[in-house]
Amino acid sequence: MSVVEPQVTRPEDAVLPSTATAPESSADDLPLTVIEPRSGWHVVDLGELWRFRELLYFLTWRDVAVRYKQTVLGVAWAFLQPVATMLVFVVFLGRAAGLSASVEHYALYVLTGVVPWTFFANAVTSSGNSLVANERLITRVYFPRLIIPLSCVGAAGFDFAISVLLIALLMVWYGVLPGLTLLAAPLLIVLLAATAAGVGIFLSALIVAQRDFRYILNFGVQLWMFATPAIYLPPDALGPNSRLLAALNPAQGLIFNLRASLLGGSLDLPALALSTAVALTVLAVGCLYFRAVERYFADII
Amino acid sequence: MKPAIRVENLSKRYRIGTRTHPANRNLTEAITDGVRRLFRGSKQSNGEGDGTFWALKDVSFEVQPGEVVGIIGRNGAGKSTLLKILSRIVEPTSGRAEVRGRIASLLEVGTGFHPELTGRENVYMNGSILGMSKREIDRKFDEIVAFAEIEQFIDTPVKRYSSGMYVRLAFAVAAHLDAEILVVDEVLAVGDTAFREKCIGAMRSISNADRTVFFVSHSMEVIISLCKTCVLLEQGRVRSIGDAKVVVSHYLSGALDEATGRFDLRTHPYRRGVGGAKILEAHVSSEGNSGNVLCSRTNATFTILVEPARPIRSARMAIAIEDAGGRRLLTVANYFHTYTFDILRTTEVTCNIPNFCLAPGRYLFSVSIGTKHDGLLDSVDCAGWLEVTTSDVFGTGEPYNPVYGPVLADSTWHCV
Repeated sequence: MSVVEPQVTRPEDAVLPSTATAPESSADDLPLTVIEPRSGWHVVDLGELWRFRELLYFLTWRDVAVRYKQTVLGVAWAFLQPVATMLVFVVFLGRAAGLSASVEHYALYVLTGVVPWTFFANAVTSSGNSLVANERLITRVYFPRLIIPLSCVGAAGFDFAISVLLIALLMVWYGVLPGLTLLAAPLLIVLLAATAAGVGIFLSALIVAQRDFRYILNFGVQLWMFATPAIYLPPDALGPNSRLLAALNPAQGLIFNLRASLLGGSLDLPALALSTAVALTVLAVGCLYFRAVERYFADII
Repeated sequence: MKPAIRVENLSKRYRIGTRTHPANRNLTEAITDGVRRLFRGSKQSNGEGDGTFWALKDVSFEVQPGEVVGIIGRNGAGKSTLLKILSRIVEPTSGRAEVRGRIASLLEVGTGFHPELTGRENVYMNGSILGMSKREIDRKFDEIVAFAEIEQFIDTPVKRYSSGMYVRLAFAVAAHLDAEILVVDEVLAVGDTAFREKCIGAMRSISNADRTVFFVSHSMEVIISLCKTCVLLEQGRVRSIGDAKVVVSHYLSGALDEATGRFDLRTHPYRRGVGGAKILEAHVSSEGNSGNVLCSRTNATFTILVEPARPIRSARMAIAIEDAGGRRLLTVANYFHTYTFDILRTTEVTCNIPNFCLAPGRYLFSVSIGTKHDGLLDSVDCAGWLEVTTSDVFGTGEPYNPVYGPVLADSTWHCV
């Protein structure tokens, strides 16, 4: 019969030997994932986020790369936005309203407020809208959803890093030297990013369910800038009490102190402490809410 | 060996209710649900009344490592929902699934592709989204590009690609995934014929490489050629599960009345013809066997119930038999001979095939009726299935092996 038993490789024949040789031990060592309905509150799974760090990197990189493709000015756009905002402040508040009289180098002063604010505002806006913008990813692939808003904060951070060079240039121009407080700058930047991430994460989860929050986001960020007097008002424009009160807005305390650390001023520690507490609360609440509702994202987006 | 996937009573409920302000729904619902939970201390929401439907209901099965499982069913049967739950994109409403090993889901070709990025950049982007590490992509990059056959365009933004190139690159990335479990939705229906063949080839080598594959397709041909096991979903429930050919024949054929062995074709979906007659029922039997189980090399009798809209003169009727993969094996028709007849009222037509020549296996049959003048009046593809069983095909005790092919023939031998 061997003549007739042909060597035809049919799929069903071919599958058999490979199944038979499957190493039994390895299959049992594989990680087990249990899929079942969850409920209630969950903290952030940092281990899982860490496993997906490369995806975070690639999504951040994609946001940055895509933004400046097919543009003539390219990365220059990263500092044109804060520079334009700075010029408006310098012309209208500095010259017309006479604020520049009470502050040395008002242009540099405003820029050191506008640059971190631009970072903050861009990070909040883009991460707030990020889930809806990446709807296809969410409905097609599993990964920790937090990666999406976080990558937007990362991409905004790239622009921020470029704008910081601009601040450095202007400091050289004016001959302003930072002091020891410069050491606090990295921590302040991290806190600012954490605040932006917290607000963005919270809003992104809200926007998935309710598109209303999109309008609140756009409009709210504009209002928020004016509610952050550290950007444009001289340091002593507010009295000590109202200064502390203003620091309930985390952007206020953080931007005020970031400028102080960059330009060699002294830190306002009470305001910093209050802003930091608010910032971390916002981040914690944002993450908790996000984790509680993320299981519905693919259903309702 | 522990199963690669174990699914227990998996159910998924969706809301379809339309309230006056759908935009306000989730917020108010979240609040009322929260309040209700506070008072009741349970997360039980309002019952199964209107406004909800079960996309998946009490689905249970097990898949062994290395198994290639096809999922079939009509649109809305719950196939995609099942895949989405297994890929952890959506959460089940109740039930549980255990997945052993890294799972990669391929529910769409080119997830995360960005038109502004170049082919190279998108390979990294897409690979990373599908769960590959950068080092893994580095290692496989040349292979991926070669598979996609787009070497010279790899640094061009994909927005300038033809749709074929785009899809080839996207599939190439997916074909190089290294997960133990692969969940694949209807993605092979892309590209030209040659590339589709290549994709199916890639799918086959994936399934030979000891990996568990979950595979949704509407192409029964592909299902039959790739999968050994098959799950048929119907309205969110498992209707049948088992050998792919058997399940496919269940899926394609008309509703079988188990008691009489008749296939009810009144609402069968695969219908062609200009009308003027309707094939209502079909039935097949052979000597000594009931229902649609036949013995090779005995007389097979097909019975077809036809309802003419008006009297049909010189009806031409045919029965064709195909294997589960859609390959036609034989056709018999009354007009091949001189058996044309008139059908004046609802009539049962029988067709007898002496010495039925198909080898043991499962087959599908189609029936049609027409006239020379009007052409095809009614034709039902995959009207029913029949199973040929026999222990002793040749009558000599010589066992039958499927590789001999589906057709049996008598032969006499002489040695001069």
